[in-house]
Amino acid sequence: MNRHLLSAGDLDAAGATQILDSAEQMDAIQNRQVKKLPALRGRTVVNLFFEDSTRTRSSFEIAGKWLSADVINVSAKGSSVSKGESLRDTALTVAAMGVDAVVVRHPSSGAARRITEWVDCHVINAGDGTHEHPTQALLDAFSLRRRLGELAGRHIVIVGDLTHSRVARSNVLLLTRLGAQVTLVAPPTLMPAGVHSWNCTTSWDLDATLAGKVAGDVDAVMMLRVQRERMGRGSAGGDDPSRAAVGYFPTEREYAIGYGLSPARLDLLPEHAPVLHPGPMNRGLEISSMAADSDRSLVLDQVRAGVAVRMAVLYHLLAGADEASDGLRATEAVSS
Amino acid sequence: MPAQPFFEVSDHPPRTPGAKTVLQADDIARVLDRIAHQILEKTQGGAGVALLGIPTRGEPLAQRLADRIASFAGVQVGLGSLDITLYRDDLRTQASRPLGRTVEPAGGVDGKLVILVDDVLFSGRTVRAALDALTDLGRPRAVQLAVLVDRGHRELPIRADYVGKNLPTSAEEQVRVRLAEIDGADEVSIV
Repeated sequence: MNRHLLSAGDLDAAGATQILDSAEQMDAIQNRQVKKLPALRGRTVVNLFFEDSTRTRSSFEIAGKWLSADVINVSAKGSSVSKGESLRDTALTVAAMGVDAVVVRHPSSGAARRITEWVDCHVINAGDGTHEHPTQALLDAFSLRRRLGELAGRHIVIVGDLTHSRVARSNVLLLTRLGAQVTLVAPPTLMPAGVHSWNCTTSWDLDATLAGKVAGDVDAVMMLRVQRERMGRGSAGGDDPSRAAVGYFPTEREYAIGYGLSPARLDLLPEHAPVLHPGPMNRGLEISSMAADSDRSLVLDQVRAGVAVRMAVLYHLLAGADEASDGLRATEAVSS
Repeated sequence: MPAQPFFEVSDHPPRTPGAKTVLQADDIARVLDRIAHQILEKTQGGAGVALLGIPTRGEPLAQRLADRIASFAGVQVGLGSLDITLYRDDLRTQASRPLGRTVEPAGGVDGKLVILVDDVLFSGRTVRAALDALTDLGRPRAVQLAVLVDRGHRELPIRADYVGKNLPTSAEEQVRVRLAEIDGADEVSIV
C-alpha cells in the first residue's frame, strides 16, 4: 500500500480489492454493541476541511474513532484559515503537532498532492476541487460489488455534471481498474475537457444509453449532482442561486428533462441495475424522488459503506509499519 | 456481497525438503475425534458450547470439531470465526495485513461456553489477542482453548484445555499445519 491516498489511480486492482475486502470485515462492526477496534490506538488523524462537507467529514471521523484513533476536525471556518493563513502554513502547523495522518478536502485541484510535499505524515485526499475523490470511488465500488457481485465485465453509467465532478474521474479510474466498463453521459457543456483521453465511452443521449443502445446493457447508473456552487454566477443569473447554472444549460427544467433520472428512465434500466448518487441530492433536478427512494436506490448503502471503506483505508495506511516515519523517529530519538 | 467460498483453496504448496512429518491425515482425524469427545465430556454433552475458529486454519478445524460433535452426540454447537488481526500486539512492526473473517455464532457469545480453536499454540500472543477480540463481541460464560498442536515456548501465562499433540520444538523450527480445506491435504510437519 502506498503512503498516501491521493488518487483512485494510485491503487492497482489487487490493492483496491484488498481495501474492499477489508471494508467487508469493517462493515460487520456496525452490527455490534461495542463499536470499537484497537488497531489505531495512539494514532492521531486530523480532518483538514477547507470546503463544506457532511458525510465525508463525519464518516472519516467515525471511521477513525471506531479504530481507536484520536480524530481532530479543523475546518476553514473558525480556524486561522479565515484569518488569511496559507495552505502551506496551515498544513505545516497541523503536521508540527505530531499527527499521523491528514485528511484533506480543498476547493483547489491538486491541494492534497501539494501537501504531501510539505509534511511527513500520511495524506488522504477527501476531495480536491474538480479533480479526485478516491474514497468516494471506493465506497461506490463497495456498494456496487455488494449488489452486483464482482465488477469485472459490468457496465456502469455515470450521468450528470461531469465537468465539475471529482467523483466521476475517481470512479472511471477505479471501476475500470476493477475490470468494469464505464460510460459517461452529460450535455456537451458539462462534459470535461480532455474526456476523450479517459478510459471510457461518452454519450450525450441518456435514453439511448440506458436502453443499452450506446455501449451495451447497463448494470448500474450513478447520478451526479449539478454543482451550482462551482458554476460561477453567469451575468444573466445575477445573484439568484436558481439561475446560477446559466451558461451550462438553459433552465433547470430543461436539464431535468434531458438528463434527470425520471421514473420513465428508471423503467428503461434492467431489473437488476441499482441507482447510485454520492449526495447531496438535488431532488427533481438530476434525480426524481421516485428513483431516489426506490428499492433500487443505493444512496443510503453508499453512506453506510463510507464508514467501512474509510476504516479500511485508515487501517491499511496507518496500522502497519511505516518505514519512512520509523526512520524519522529513529533519528529523532538519537537527537533527543 | 459477492459469494465467497467458506475457505480459500490454494494450490498445494511444494513439500519442503527436510520437513519431518509429525501427524498424517489419519492421525489428525483421530486427534480431532478425541478432542471432540473430550469437549463433550468436559462440557456435559456440549450444552451452550460455541466453537470459534481463529483464521486461517482454526476455521476449518472448528468446523470439523462441530461436525464430529454433531455426529457423536447429535448436538449442534454454535460455530463461528474470530479474526484477531486488529487486536495483534505486533500490528505496527509489519506492513498492514489482510483481515480475516469474524462470524458470530448463531445466538451470539453472551452466556455461552466459548471454545477458541487454533492450529498451533506457540507464544500465546494470538490467544491473548483473541481474548481481547472476544470481549468486544460479548460476554461468554467461560472461555476455553483447543489447539491441534502445542509446540511450547509460551511468552504469556496461557495454556490450552484441549491439545491434539504436544510437540517439543526448538524456537528456530517451524511447525507447518496443512489442512485439506485450505492446502489440499492434511499434514503437520516440522520444517
